Amino acid sequence: MAKSILALIAGLVFGLGLVISQMVNPSKVLAFLDILGDWDPSLAFVMGAALVITSVGFAVLKSQPKPVLAERFQFPGDRPIDAQLATGAVLFGVGWGLVGLCPGPAITALSVGGVQAAGFLAAMAGGMIAYELISSRLARPAAQS
Amino acid sequence: MENFTPVSASIGGALIGLSAVMLMAFKGRIAGISGIFSGAAFAEPGDKAWRIFFVIGLIAAPLVYSAVTGAMPAFEMEAGWPLIIAGGLLVGFGTRLGSGCTSGHGVCGLARLSPRSLVSVLSFMGAGMVTVALIRHFIGG
Repeated sequence: MAKSILALIAGLVFGLGLVISQMVNPSKVLAFLDILGDWDPSLAFVMGAALVITSVGFAVLKSQPKPVLAERFQFPGDRPIDAQLATGAVLFGVGWGLVGLCPGPAITALSVGGVQAAGFLAAMAGGMIAYELISSRLARPAAQS
Repeated sequence: MENFTPVSASIGGALIGLSAVMLMAFKGRIAGISGIFSGAAFAEPGDKAWRIFFVIGLIAAPLVYSAVTGAMPAFEMEAGWPLIIAGGLLVGFGTRLGSGCTSGHGVCGLARLSPRSLVSVLSFMGAGMVTVALIRHFIGG
């Protein structure tokens, strides 16, 4: 129960951040990505402020033994930089540039963006399902060997 | 640069950071939205509920904002349907293949000084800027 309420509040705070910063507006995001046009650098301030808070917060937490409601901190391990990482990021970036929505805003926009936001979110879910199908198919022969 | 809004952008960014710190402090998890969203369907059964509640919070945010301020946030979609669908598919597939998006790599990863996240952020920012440049200044206009 406590975990569910905490997750709900964390999602709400994150979503309010997306709304107040206007990242939920595709046109605002495209204005940030349009460095050759009438460039609007606002979204750099979103990432900058988020980074300051997160850097300090994570640094403090690393001196703690464990999270309040869980057994351990699950920081990602040190995996190598590979083609999969870069290819995925480039595909994501192209999709982001085509529309102006990344995953967080795509979800939050569901309650403001009408059928266009719903259509984008459905397509995004479709892309994720396609990844799960392909990766499980690729993983199967490797798991048998 | 008449639409430059550094103050609201910084306040919004600080809230995003606060959410990431909350999720790590209480749940020990990275606030990576693409992973949270995908895991709401594909994670282990016991690892799904918090993801669903986080997603509900994300969707509720504009409604809470409008209840407090009396105005709905702006939403202007420039892309037509073919681009909306193509973009959605690319964002969904790309973020899973590349293990994260603007939040997981861009905020949480960079905050941990992860080299993988730096490569990811430079790649998706660069690809996004090139895509917008091509659409707005070279192909259409």
